[in-house]
Amino acid sequence: MKKNLVNLRKYDIINQTIPIMYYIEKNSDIILVVSYYNLFFSLYCLKNHITFRYTILSNLSGIDLQMNKYRFGVVYDLLSIKFNSRIRVKVFINEVTPLESVVDLYSSANWWEREIWDFFGIYFIKHPDLRRILTDYGFEGYPMRKDFPLSGYVELRYDIIKKRIVIEPLELSQEYRHFTFDAPWEQ
Amino acid sequence: MLLKKKALTKQLRVFTLNFGPQHPAAHGVLRLVLELDGEVVLRADPHIGLLHRGTEKLIEYKTYLQALPYFDRLDYISMMCQEQTYSLAIENLLKIKIPRRAQIIRTLFAEITRLLNHLLAVGCHAMDVGAMTPFLWAFEEREKLMEFYERTSGARMHAAYIRPGGVSLDIPIGLLDDLYLFINQFGLRLDEMEELLTYSRIWKERLVNIGIVSMNQSIIWGFSGVMLRGSGIPWDLRKSQPYEVYSELEFDIPVGTNGDCYDRYLIRIEEMRQSLRIINQLINKINVGSIKSNNFKISPPSRKEMKTSMEALIHHFKYYSEGITIPSGETYTCTEAPKGEFGVYLISNQTNKPYRCKIKAPGFNHLQALNEMSKGHMIADIVTVIGTQDIVFGEIDR
Repeated sequence: MKKNLVNLRKYDIINQTIPIMYYIEKNSDIILVVSYYNLFFSLYCLKNHITFRYTILSNLSGIDLQMNKYRFGVVYDLLSIKFNSRIRVKVFINEVTPLESVVDLYSSANWWEREIWDFFGIYFIKHPDLRRILTDYGFEGYPMRKDFPLSGYVELRYDIIKKRIVIEPLELSQEYRHFTFDAPWEQ
Repeated sequence: MLLKKKALTKQLRVFTLNFGPQHPAAHGVLRLVLELDGEVVLRADPHIGLLHRGTEKLIEYKTYLQALPYFDRLDYISMMCQEQTYSLAIENLLKIKIPRRAQIIRTLFAEITRLLNHLLAVGCHAMDVGAMTPFLWAFEEREKLMEFYERTSGARMHAAYIRPGGVSLDIPIGLLDDLYLFINQFGLRLDEMEELLTYSRIWKERLVNIGIVSMNQSIIWGFSGVMLRGSGIPWDLRKSQPYEVYSELEFDIPVGTNGDCYDRYLIRIEEMRQSLRIINQLINKINVGSIKSNNFKISPPSRKEMKTSMEALIHHFKYYSEGITIPSGETYTCTEAPKGEFGVYLISNQTNKPYRCKIKAPGFNHLQALNEMSKGHMIADIVTVIGTQDIVFGEIDR
């Protein structure tokens, strides 16, 4: 069954080797919260330390926590093939703080970081090639932020007279309706 | 006339070629900017995002149940595996267990989906490289498998069949008999395909020693699934972190030795044979019982109950309008989809909509290594490498 590095001995090693802020254990997942200036070092330890060997970065995702002091979270899901274990490293930053890129450690972070830059506008220092990746050429704004509307700001159509595609401000004949299911007395 | 020294030296000219986005070998809408020296590829820069539909953003505005069909449309040739991952993620957050019959049906359809995917992967790969016939044969078999999809869920592809808490409907009577007949003849079909490809000189010339990925490279690029196993790492989530009923099943994990495209082709073929083995075991294992959780907050009551019981009617209405409310939590759930590790990172916040749903597509990691894999190869080998990576743009662009 699913094995994890939950036993206390390993917890001590994590505490001694990695500069973590919090250690959370939820649903048999291990979550380490580190500060942004310790991020690279923490991941370096987790990758190379003989008791961890989290050599695969299986997922990297951004979160927008709009109300928080540190608005953005970046989550690194690591996998250790050797010990058959997963760990999650979280780092929280505000809008202006850049993060250090981990491309030197995990090559697979290259596109994931580009995606986070594209979607959230989190800047990664020392990234070799930080371009937008999934949105259109010439796209403006960061679509996965919570304050970006679902319908976007522009629409695209083919103009027969100009014989090319034109981008225009969005015009909806009906406002996008956002349903909430809370009872009126709970709102 | 004075000869200048500059005019005598030959200037190196790097030729830049735009490949795609409309190209039959691009498996959809891949745009590659290739830098070539003659026919040798110096650099390949994939431009993705031409099929970006904002699935993750859309899911944040949908209830948990409404978000489910989006997962069919990610990797649109291995549909049910992704529904399964999403459903498992929700079950992890709710900490519920589902009935055994539902688990077996899910596993059964996950393996049918693996057959569907590998048939298309091998077939299309062969067609890209120049062999037309296996592609046609593979599609005939795919059609039969999609009939099983249709008989259970009503849809050939985008089934929305595996739901949080179980599956939406019970399998129809006679389906397992027909499935048994199918798997009995399918081994022969695989043999026929292998006869055309495995020892074919042309096929081997195009695949052997093309796109070699070493063990270290595959780890550092975050590969999973066939791409990882092709490089000689025996890693399969069905074995190492089993979900559903995989821990009770007997199957082998084929592993490559050379890490080239030919190894990965052989692994795909062998995985199909192993899937047949699994399906055979599941047909014998399946039991009588309910197919979804009987907690009406998580799965809907049956139609018959809904017509007769007031309480069931209320549950039915609340389930389909408001949906499931999931307590705050987060999970990264991943399964072994045919292409590799498909993961869902789901954050819930005590409402009926996900706060964040990040989709980890295996193809995303594979495609970003295309530059490394194709460096130094000829331009025609790019097609082989794209084919072996089994790229589907629905999941990469999301």
